[in-house]
Amino acid sequence: MIRALHRWPGLLALALVTILALSGAALSVFPAAERIGAPQAEAGLTVATLASRIQAAYPGVEQIRRAPSGRITAYWFDRGTPGAAVIEPATGEGVASADPSQVERWLTNLHRSLFLGDGGRIAMAAGAAAMLILAISGAVLVARRSGGWRHWFARLRGPLAGRLHVEVARIAVIGLVLSSTTALWMTASTFDLLPDGGAILAVPAEVSGETGFALDRMLALGQTPVAELRELSFPYPGDATDVFTLKTDRGTGYLDQGTGALLACTDLTGWERVSETIYMLHTGQGASTLGLVLGLMALGVPVMGATGVLVWLAGRNGRPRIRGSQPAGRAETLLLVGSESGSTWGFAATLHAALTGAGQGVHVGPMSAFAPERYSRAQRIILLAATYGDGAAPASAKGFLDRLRAADRAPDIPLAVLGFGDRSFPAYCAFARSVAAAAKAKGWPELMPFDTVDRQSPQDFARWGRALGDALGIDLELSHRPVPPKTETLTLVSRRDYGAEVQAPTAILRFAQPRVPLWQRLTGCGFARFAAGELIGILPEGSTVPRLYSLASGRSDGFIEIVVKKQPGGLCSGQLTALEPGATVTAFLRRNPGFRPDRGRAPLILIGAGTGIGPLAGFVRGNARRRPVHLFFGMRHPGSDFLYGEEISAWREEGRLTRLITAVSRGTRPRYVQDALRGDAAQVAQLVRDGARVMVCGGREMAAGVADALAEILAPTGLTPKVLKAEGRYVEDVY
Amino acid sequence: MKSLLAAFALTTALTLPDLAMARPVTLTTTLNDYGGDGAYLALYVTDASGDYVGSLWMAGGKSKYYKHLTDWYRATGGDTAQVNGITGASVGAGRTLEITLDLADALFEAGYTLHIDAAVEDMRDSPNEVAVPLTADGAGTPVRGRRYIASFAYNM
Repeated sequence: MIRALHRWPGLLALALVTILALSGAALSVFPAAERIGAPQAEAGLTVATLASRIQAAYPGVEQIRRAPSGRITAYWFDRGTPGAAVIEPATGEGVASADPSQVERWLTNLHRSLFLGDGGRIAMAAGAAAMLILAISGAVLVARRSGGWRHWFARLRGPLAGRLHVEVARIAVIGLVLSSTTALWMTASTFDLLPDGGAILAVPAEVSGETGFALDRMLALGQTPVAELRELSFPYPGDATDVFTLKTDRGTGYLDQGTGALLACTDLTGWERVSETIYMLHTGQGASTLGLVLGLMALGVPVMGATGVLVWLAGRNGRPRIRGSQPAGRAETLLLVGSESGSTWGFAATLHAALTGAGQGVHVGPMSAFAPERYSRAQRIILLAATYGDGAAPASAKGFLDRLRAADRAPDIPLAVLGFGDRSFPAYCAFARSVAAAAKAKGWPELMPFDTVDRQSPQDFARWGRALGDALGIDLELSHRPVPPKTETLTLVSRRDYGAEVQAPTAILRFAQPRVPLWQRLTGCGFARFAAGELIGILPEGSTVPRLYSLASGRSDGFIEIVVKKQPGGLCSGQLTALEPGATVTAFLRRNPGFRPDRGRAPLILIGAGTGIGPLAGFVRGNARRRPVHLFFGMRHPGSDFLYGEEISAWREEGRLTRLITAVSRGTRPRYVQDALRGDAAQVAQLVRDGARVMVCGGREMAAGVADALAEILAPTGLTPKVLKAEGRYVEDVY
Repeated sequence: MKSLLAAFALTTALTLPDLAMARPVTLTTTLNDYGGDGAYLALYVTDASGDYVGSLWMAGGKSKYYKHLTDWYRATGGDTAQVNGITGASVGAGRTLEITLDLADALFEAGYTLHIDAAVEDMRDSPNEVAVPLTADGAGTPVRGRRYIASFAYNM
């Protein structure tokens, strides 16, 4: 709902909002330029002195105006010819032309009415309304995406366009809300929809009938500092019944030209003050710095427009289209999805189609949009939840658990939770489990017992679907065929072989980067953007199930590199390790945003064994900033499977790698990488105390051994691997 | 050309008993190229003692800007009822406003003066831009305004 509220005004009003923002940004420069360029009055100068100086220079002076920038303009008649000039207050002499800037006038008319009069004003007001809707709905989306308002500035992951969109929005949103609300207020004021017209001060009927009282002797003028002046109008020459009109920040007054007495005065009304403040906030006239800041923020609009369109297009391609999803308030079945990479959405689409086919009204949405108070017709809620990392919420389920825990009570609508995960990981379906546990703790009625789907198994899903059908009393057959990822053909460029002598034949395979179309480069899809530590899925010949390998290179390296060990009887590893340069494989990219070095300068402790060196080597190769890196590498024999042995010495010389600590598991004194850690305990503990980040890659047993060893090493410091994990300073990629 | 039949009803003693005592008068106002946005113009009549009698035309639709038509605003207290039904668009620089009204015969040769106040956004207000006595002889004689009006004439 919120997303639609963000998307459609955004796409429809894109041109209008862009014109508004660009012209507004250009206009924001003028008040600042005027502020700098205008001759300013000396402190303490009174209107009486200023007016006397101007009258001395221009005896026919009719009106003196002071702009919020401090610029003073005088208008006069000299022998029947009108004149005007910007005044130097110190002398009362004109120093510059008072004609308004034609560029500013042109921009103003474009900005407020597209040169189309009242119709244009209404169109631009609609643009401002669209901007306000976009800003507010966008802010809600950002808060939802980052897991709550408290995490407004949380780090982002995902393709560049989306990150740029949110990064700009997080800063610009405040300015855009201010500019668009003030714009709507000003339009309402222009069309007389607000009672901000101000009081009318009647001209006094009784005047002295005298003329020629000296300006510098008028008490009211002598008491008014120039800083408060807005306008001083002189009486018509020769009309003894006319008066001086003085307008200041406080109000309007009439002065007798024969006695200088204040004949009548009135204050600004509250509405007038509000409208003036809003005018100042919108135009920057009188607040030129704020104006410049708002103008700068407005420049974010075209950036957000372009990236927003890219995000929308990429989203249309990425996720399976779910047709006929009912509004949440009207659906009988609520299907909420917690997905990181999008594959769970595919299952949701299958379930949605089957339930809809069975005559149900089904709403499909992200778990992060959980809002039980809106589910007025719902009879069941089904959660399909994947897991991110070690039990964290996946992207589309951010904030769900917080909201459930914060609720007074669970909804009365029966709930089914289906977890999606990979049984080879210890945190199998951990997020879905914590959701199910939290629901139970809240007393949420159960529709079906908690169940899981292992490695996107269509069989698991079909089995669960039959159980769901039984619970609903309908015949439900779920035949899920995963949407195949968009693959590329990669050509092997070179290979280096290791480990044959120690019964661990391993190859470093280097593929050429495929040609990336401009479209993908802009959206960061596919191989347009990848980093060491991300995953590449290889579809072996004769199988539709992909195998995942960690990337040992990033986009900037110019090639795609992986490290593969030949598994006994392994289909994919067998094919890969037999590959000769020039041969090709079918592959796709799978994001793995959790496993990459942060952007800080704190030391890195990289720990890996066997093929686990791959992504770690990629991190070292990409360490152009010479951040301190300590690499712990476990191998069987340095003479046989010292992967990246040659490069490592070069990297050390270049300063990309600070220290290499190896552990050799074959030979007289077998040592594993965790033993090497223990041997270096003092320094490891010191590094961690100093804020180092630990990254582990390799087999499951090795990772467990490393975690144990680290727990021992860190015990004296009071830190544990668990605490480090919670801080994001301890990450694993295990297989 | 804008034509109005009997829309003009003078507020004080000059309401029209019947149309036979009125005649069509064309007011032609041409602005000079002052280099600004459209001008607001208030056309109104004062009597021999300078008191406001009634309005003939208001060029400019947004009443919040009427305060810049200083003399008219002072005389009427900004009362928009004075220009109900006789309000049109503001007049662009270099453009001509031509209106035809049925004016009471009694307005001519009786010391009445026709005034025009003008105002342009971000430029000086120009009250009493034009002030011409209403006489049969004066008809057809163009006069120059002080700031924005290149020529004004009334023709019977």
